[in-house]
Amino acid sequence: MGWVWKSLNSSIGKKFVMAVTGVALMLFLVIHLAGNMSLYGGKDAFNNYVGLLEHIKPFIRVIEVILGLVFAFHIFNGIRLWIQNKQARPLPYSVNGSRKNTTVFSRTAFITGSIVFIFLVIHLQSIWYVFNFSGVEEDLYTLTTDWMRVGWYAALYFVAILLLGFHLNHGFQSAFQTFGWNNSKYFPFIKKFGTFFALVITIGFGSIPVYFFLLGGK
Amino acid sequence: MEHKKINLTLKVWRQQDANAKGKFADYKVSVSPDSSFLEMLDDINNDLEKKGMEPITFESDCREGICGTCGLVINGQPHGPIPRIATCQLHMRNFKEGDTIYVEPFRAKAFPIIKDLMVDRSAMDRIMEAGGFISVNTLSVPDGNSIPIPKEVASEAMDAASCIGCGACVAACKNASAMLFVSAKVSQFALLPQGQPERYIRVDEMVKAMDQYGFGNCSNTYACEAECPKGVSIKNIARMNRDYFMAKIK
Ligand code: SF4
Ligand code: FES
Repeated sequence: MGWVWKSLNSSIGKKFVMAVTGVALMLFLVIHLAGNMSLYGGKDAFNNYVGLLEHIKPFIRVIEVILGLVFAFHIFNGIRLWIQNKQARPLPYSVNGSRKNTTVFSRTAFITGSIVFIFLVIHLQSIWYVFNFSGVEEDLYTLTTDWMRVGWYAALYFVAILLLGFHLNHGFQSAFQTFGWNNSKYFPFIKKFGTFFALVITIGFGSIPVYFFLLGGK
Repeated sequence: MEHKKINLTLKVWRQQDANAKGKFADYKVSVSPDSSFLEMLDDINNDLEKKGMEPITFESDCREGICGTCGLVINGQPHGPIPRIATCQLHMRNFKEGDTIYVEPFRAKAFPIIKDLMVDRSAMDRIMEAGGFISVNTLSVPDGNSIPIPKEVASEAMDAASCIGCGACVAACKNASAMLFVSAKVSQFALLPQGQPERYIRVDEMVKAMDQYGFGNCSNTYACEAECPKGVSIKNIARMNRDYFMAKIK
């Protein structure tokens, strides 16, 4: 097994880890978003959905552990890449001109990822942890929508989701490039689809604080 | 008849050696728009030498864009503001009267500064030695059409082979990654029959060498492709990623 570890530690291996974990996290986002959409169905719709998940709790727990590992790998690897890449150019240029062809999304993937991570910690603590482990007997709908009516939380949620969109806009096409699936026939489409995907996720999640905080959804 | 000259302020990076602290030195020049960038530096150096001062150290050889020896970062862009040319092909007509131009060396941990604008790019040679060749003697150019290769494939291999090994991709990349260079060298062989026997060993060895010299990791921002004087495509990087993966699971 030594060769697997060594390979994943190479420059291309690390890209590969970012891409595989990234794709897994994108899948998770799709499922999470689909579930969240039931918030718009009102209290019962959402709580029924939550009840459904409660039914298969042991399975959900396993998924959560896997998800945690995937997050950990993605984040740990991302930080390692960022540090190594900083070290690869100890003295920066005085004029920064090499931006042609690059996007702000690609250049800022580390920063957007970091902010999303901070949000993730707060989000897990305030909702996932409280619901599962704090012993507070509140249904998830009330818990969630109450938070969404707190100004700073709604704002943070919205900003984090926006930056997540930036992150995904880079990540989607980037994963394809890393897997070696770049071809002039379909790569332009992949880039567009990646942007579309990022938009769906941003609008999907981003609409929740807007609905509950700004529009006073109930 | 003498052409009108343009007046420029150059801010040139001067650094005694790898460990010294460098800084910009200012030079006011009046230069013909028909002069090349390197000719302008030659003129400055002549002047400096006349005054008994240390000339600016920079590299060049062919001065026609084929050897890959030249390489300056001009206003933050490797090989200057014009796409698809090497520094030696850049002419002063691309600048305006009164411009201030910053001239810096390629900056990367893997390219230590030797002096002023000259950097040590031998890490790229080490990568080539690790696998950028074919070990069997393939003799001279085969007869046309004796090995049928589709035109598109031949062109792609040729495009990859047009890499002149200048290192501008490393200089342009925000991570100082050498992926475009290495992928061009991997691809020029991977696409053709002669390269097949060692295809996967080659990519494995070259990536290993690349990782040894302190280049950064590619994060798919694609700045390299825009600054490459030969327009080498990032599709080569995708091919290398693919081949590297295959090399590992084989
Ligand atoms: S890929 Fe382009 S920029 Fe990089 S070394 Fe080759 S010619 Fe220079
Ligand atoms: S001096 Fe040969 S490419 Fe510029």
